[in-house]
Amino acid sequence: MAKLNVSRRKFLVGGILVGGALAVGYGFLREGEPDNAALTATTEEGEIALNAWVKVDRNGIVTVAVPRAEMGQGVYTALAMLVAEEMEANFDDIVVEQAPIADIYANITMIKDSLPFSDGHHQGEETVGAWGMAKVARTLGVQATGGSTSVRDAWIPMREAGATAKAMLVQAAARDWDVPAGEITVENGVISHAASGASGGFGDFVERAASEAVTTTPTLKDSRDFKLIGKPQMRVDIPEKVDGTAVFGVDVEVEGMAHAAVKLAPVFGGTLASHDAEAVRGMPGVIAVVPFDIGVAVVANSFWRAKTAVEALPASFNDGPAKDYSSAGILTLLEESLDSDDARVYSEDGDAAAAITASAQPVHAVYKAPFLAHACMEPMNCTAKVTETGVEIWMPNQAPTLVKWFAEKFADVPAENVTVHTTLLGGGFGRRAEIDLVYLAVTIAKAVKGRPVKLIWTRENDIQHDIYRPAAVSRFDGALGPDGRITGWANRIASQSVSGSFTERLLPWAAMDMPDNTTSEGAADIPYEFANRMVDHVPVKLPIPVGFWRSVGHSYNAFFTESFMDEMAHAAGKDPIEFRLAHLEGHRDFADVLRKLAEVSRWSEPLPPGRGRGVALHESFSSIVGQVVEVTANGSKEVTVDKVYCVVDCGAVVNPDTVTAQMEGGILFGLTAALYGEIEIEGGAVVNSNFPDYEMVRLAGCPEIEVHLAQSGRRLGGIGEVATPPIAPALANALFAATGERIRELPISKNGFIA
Amino acid sequence: MLKLDINGASYDVDVEDDTPLLWVLRDTVNLKGTKFGCGIAACGACTVHLDGAPVRSCSYPVADAVGAKITTIEGIGGDKLSAVQQAWIEEQVPQCGYCQSGMIMAVSALLAENPAPSDDDIAESITNICRCGTYPRIKKAIKRAAQLQGGD
Ligand code: FES
Ligand code: FES
Repeated sequence: MAKLNVSRRKFLVGGILVGGALAVGYGFLREGEPDNAALTATTEEGEIALNAWVKVDRNGIVTVAVPRAEMGQGVYTALAMLVAEEMEANFDDIVVEQAPIADIYANITMIKDSLPFSDGHHQGEETVGAWGMAKVARTLGVQATGGSTSVRDAWIPMREAGATAKAMLVQAAARDWDVPAGEITVENGVISHAASGASGGFGDFVERAASEAVTTTPTLKDSRDFKLIGKPQMRVDIPEKVDGTAVFGVDVEVEGMAHAAVKLAPVFGGTLASHDAEAVRGMPGVIAVVPFDIGVAVVANSFWRAKTAVEALPASFNDGPAKDYSSAGILTLLEESLDSDDARVYSEDGDAAAAITASAQPVHAVYKAPFLAHACMEPMNCTAKVTETGVEIWMPNQAPTLVKWFAEKFADVPAENVTVHTTLLGGGFGRRAEIDLVYLAVTIAKAVKGRPVKLIWTRENDIQHDIYRPAAVSRFDGALGPDGRITGWANRIASQSVSGSFTERLLPWAAMDMPDNTTSEGAADIPYEFANRMVDHVPVKLPIPVGFWRSVGHSYNAFFTESFMDEMAHAAGKDPIEFRLAHLEGHRDFADVLRKLAEVSRWSEPLPPGRGRGVALHESFSSIVGQVVEVTANGSKEVTVDKVYCVVDCGAVVNPDTVTAQMEGGILFGLTAALYGEIEIEGGAVVNSNFPDYEMVRLAGCPEIEVHLAQSGRRLGGIGEVATPPIAPALANALFAATGERIRELPISKNGFIA
Repeated sequence: MLKLDINGASYDVDVEDDTPLLWVLRDTVNLKGTKFGCGIAACGACTVHLDGAPVRSCSYPVADAVGAKITTIEGIGGDKLSAVQQAWIEEQVPQCGYCQSGMIMAVSALLAENPAPSDDDIAESITNICRCGTYPRIKKAIKRAAQLQGGD
């Protein structure tokens, strides 16, 4: 991103004194604005409008405003480390604060990657199309956490802010001591001048530093000199998560607050037909019954009373357009759509069809993946207070700008009277980028005029009214040459479009029939070199809401492509790792990951009968992850996942322990899906309701996981989602090795395997 | 009015007898460290101790808790961190953290009864769900907590 910042738009890093603290901000200027506009603009509360990335107070405490949601991915710690590194601050003196919304925090990378007209996955930020998109993202001012982009976006700005703060403090000290700034050193939060013996803390120079000239081009440290970055640090958000004091959305307490529970139309797109409010009005604690288009809420003086009453409330619903759909029917429909003429090409090279026709023994396979729910551990919730003139929202969310826009719209109040508080998130996985809970909470709160209302969904609400990972079907035709290499690869995917569904839900005015890279990500951009390749996608419109689910399109495409690579290796009579390596000429970083994986997993050592190893290699969000799974399957098809080896190359590593944790978490998230994950739809409504019928891997089923970092020096990649895609194919390939049975549909229970 | 003994303090609560203990803790007594995850005793997020034994409070009527010593995450360490909490920090267990109160309560109860649990003991008794997948670290942290408590 640095290139863009410097060459394509004006930016500014500067300091100002706010409430006695030095604040260093980072801003983007609009055309025609004077250079100091950003820093002099203030909000009503007297804070800097563009916000500070870094604040240093008189006691030397450094507050880092983290413009991202903490949902367990360690982002508070990682971003604070970037600042501390360049500032030479003592990491113990760093305090992290959730940043308020500001347009400058637009998570440019994520929006750019997920919008349909982004220009592919391998061209980086520097291309013209991407730049245009970045501009749109910034204009929209969308601040979002997703797409594993937090550290990628912040890598330069956060460090520049730290470097600037340090430079200003050093200049102030130099003036104070009357010594050349160049002779001053900073270490561990102490500023010193060796020759004169002078030394002081950051806090001593705060006021003076604020009047120092702004450094517009701070010099960043060479990565060889990093002291914090790349070394494991204790996460700053962990202590409050072990003593019960962490405040999640469900824990929000607002003066005078009431509680709400809902009953929603079971069929997607359905509406409330009738209800009998009188039947529950006399129940304990009931304050109001609030009907709305898609359901009805009870507001009460405790959540339990609200839930009890809403369950007792007689209500009937009109079926929605989804009434005639079932998940089984949808998979059939998707498979039939593979023959449609409406496919959109995402990758084409040579003539795949001709190569396949010419092949003596083409390999053919069709793969399927089901709808999946997010099932964040913290049930969905939103607290809203709506008055005549304004709205205030407390919510664990991944997209505060969207929340703000829609709260404004739903409450019908002026934009300046909308306040959004983002709490800690008890899991996000893409689900908390949606605004359906904002709609419900604002609608309910409006009805009780001025009284804050906390809406909590039950787990049943959550499983049955999620915005799902779409079901997908993928067909492959592959041809092998006499040398055992792939000469033709044709892959057609059929699914709903996530970007399309998201846009239709949120920005219907912008909904267009546009290409959607998420549908083919992880299929159109695989690294293997084939002479002839065709990857296309058939978009299928269905009345089922689909959205971003940890790793999005990669979550199914990795299963499809890496399973089929295994089929091709088998057809060629080659070792799966050797076979992949043979198609990775010119992709040293991918090959390195595979070789390291082969080594750490002792790939070539035989396993006893009944056990098997499988491999998968997948790039997503600019990180390469390879995994080897070891399984045991007995005669009754009972499966134990014994061990997972994981090698990740995500470019520069900020906090290695967080990378390891995200690999473990991402693997178990994907393993849960591969072993159990299936949302079943009947008559347009979800059949599953809670954990026993939407099962999760638990401690007893958790394999040993060994994570290794590989560093090729490639550009910074994400970590939050990247471990999820490869686990399903690695598992399926291992089951093939153990049993000879090829799994072409998830979860593995579709093949009669029992986890 | 029901009288509850929570973390050594006494509370009078005016709720229906069949209200789950979870919601009394969270909404009436305002101890929000105990979490709601499923409401049907399937995930363990709401685990508290009744006279030292682990109970899934989302499915436990408050009236049945009268007379018992109730311990929640807020009371498990007294005024410092318990060995289990300490181990949780040392092994950097939590990700989102939402399940961890329940995990820590379940593990504390296990270690109180079985100070040096085997892998099988752990797998059998810790059935809580962690959606973030912190199980590998939980396993390590349980062993470490056992050591810290001097049970190993
Ligand atoms: S909330 Fe009680 S077990 Fe899940
Ligand atoms: S840490 Fe997130 S659910 Fe366990």
